[in-house]
Amino acid sequence: MTQPAGTPATSGVPAGGPGTGLAPSEAGGRRPRRISPYVGLLPFFIYISIFLLLPTLIVVVGAFQDAAGSFTMANIEAVFADPAYRDAFGRSIQLSITTAIAGAFLGALLAWAVAGGNPGGWLRQSVIAASGVLAQFGGVMLAFAFLATFGFGGMLTGVFEDILGKESALGSGNWLYSMIGLTIVYTFFQIPLMLIVFLPSIDGLRQEWWDASASLGGSTWSYWRHIAGPMLAPTFLGATLLLFTNAFAAYATAAALISQGSPLITLQIRRAMTSEVILGQENVGKALALGMIVIVSVVMLAYIVVQRRTSKWMR
Amino acid sequence: MSASVHGSGRGRRMARWLILILVMGYLLVPLLSMVEFSTRGPKGSDGSYTRTAEYWIAITQNDELIGTIFLNLGIALLTVLGMVALLVTTMTWSYLRVPRMRRVIEFLCLLPLAIPAVVLVVGIAPIYRELRVNISSSPLLLSLVYLVLVLPYAYRSIDGGLRSVDVNTLADAARSLGAGWARVMFQIIFPNIRTAILGASVLSVALVLGEYTISSLLSYRTFQVVIYAIGKRDGSIAVAVSFAALLFVFVLLIVIARFGGGRSGAQAAEED
Repeated sequence: MTQPAGTPATSGVPAGGPGTGLAPSEAGGRRPRRISPYVGLLPFFIYISIFLLLPTLIVVVGAFQDAAGSFTMANIEAVFADPAYRDAFGRSIQLSITTAIAGAFLGALLAWAVAGGNPGGWLRQSVIAASGVLAQFGGVMLAFAFLATFGFGGMLTGVFEDILGKESALGSGNWLYSMIGLTIVYTFFQIPLMLIVFLPSIDGLRQEWWDASASLGGSTWSYWRHIAGPMLAPTFLGATLLLFTNAFAAYATAAALISQGSPLITLQIRRAMTSEVILGQENVGKALALGMIVIVSVVMLAYIVVQRRTSKWMR
Repeated sequence: MSASVHGSGRGRRMARWLILILVMGYLLVPLLSMVEFSTRGPKGSDGSYTRTAEYWIAITQNDELIGTIFLNLGIALLTVLGMVALLVTTMTWSYLRVPRMRRVIEFLCLLPLAIPAVVLVVGIAPIYRELRVNISSSPLLLSLVYLVLVLPYAYRSIDGGLRSVDVNTLADAARSLGAGWARVMFQIIFPNIRTAILGASVLSVALVLGEYTISSLLSYRTFQVVIYAIGKRDGSIAVAVSFAALLFVFVLLIVIARFGGGRSGAQAAEED
């Protein structure tokens, strides 16, 4: 496959071989001209261009185009002008902030509780695996979990019905479709994500720090206040930002729960994609998508900044 | 246990268990409800529900459901193959030959985190329209876009694997014995990072099985789309399938954790 070491370099043929993976050795100063190893990355870059960069470009450019393809600001203006879109953005942001904070605190507590256990034990491994499932792969199935719990005829709805009566909010199974219901459901998948993101830094707390603090007469409170707290704060902040984008981008669970109305921005995009388009608003969906990209990018940039500081600190 | 970094003493032990019970309760109650809800029979004479396996059995008799499970497994297989063929080879190649491009590849692989699936689907819908007209309307083509969704997860797993072995020393050793680059990649490096590849594959399978956003908005009838449709008619079957699927992915992840961390698994067995 490769050329023997003694091959004369003067063969004159550009000896790249049929595939770049077969480029000859670098050993032996003089070598024939050959295809650059960069060519080996070409398939990946072509793929990424078609299925990631091009769609992004279609969204960004399309947001500024009318149906005929000429430049317009009408889509962007429509997003700002229409209260339905404005409110959807507002509700999505509010929901993301609330569930990011709630999920961050509950998830961090859970991580602390789990970190104390046996590192290879069944409890820890099951919690991590279950978190992986619930945080990343739940989607529609989580909606059904909550319908079975709090929906019409749900397990807890029955309990509430017995205690509070059928007319009460909790006994009716209606509240699940409200913003409060969405908050409960979203927090449900934020907690496990926080656990996955945060557990490694809790594991990173060293025994010596505790010992040093204790030997100097430090209390548990002063240990958390002056040592563990400041150590964990940047990771905690970073994780909270990550949770924000997670909730903001979430679609499947909300879409499965709410089939009528579009309170969230992701559901507004569904509406824009699936319903009859209003003349002159063909590309409003792209403007909404662009709005999401802008918000997620800003938060991700903040995340990267926090992350840089964390890794500097941890070194 | 003596005073540990995470706290000690009875108070903290109790706090730990209290948190575990409360937060885990939050996470477990909806899952338990799924079991309860999907095994309900008619109400008995005492007013409580009788138990039945009817809906669980109905899963096995629903041809459309079974069909989409196999469809999704097919898409998952193609996604995994694409992941190995495109991502693992490219990452290995960049480690070996073009380390300068590693940062660029990392950026591109993590980029989907900044582009929500629901945004990606808006931009990719015109591309799929073309694919449908000119190439095929098979839902198997979804694996092309699923590979994008898989990138961030797979990247981290593969990157961890490549970091944990001394890729360049292995490559130098093999090259000095006369191995070509293809052989270095496929017969030397790949076997050494097989755990990472396996981990990335399992994550890909889990992601494909649970994917709804893109397939539903592109109007493909995948597993989740069908579960949702069934749920409109018969909640009990949909809840049963959902629980089964969550359980399946959970088992996959447990197996990979045990398998991947072979040593820690053995340790745990000793300590348990």
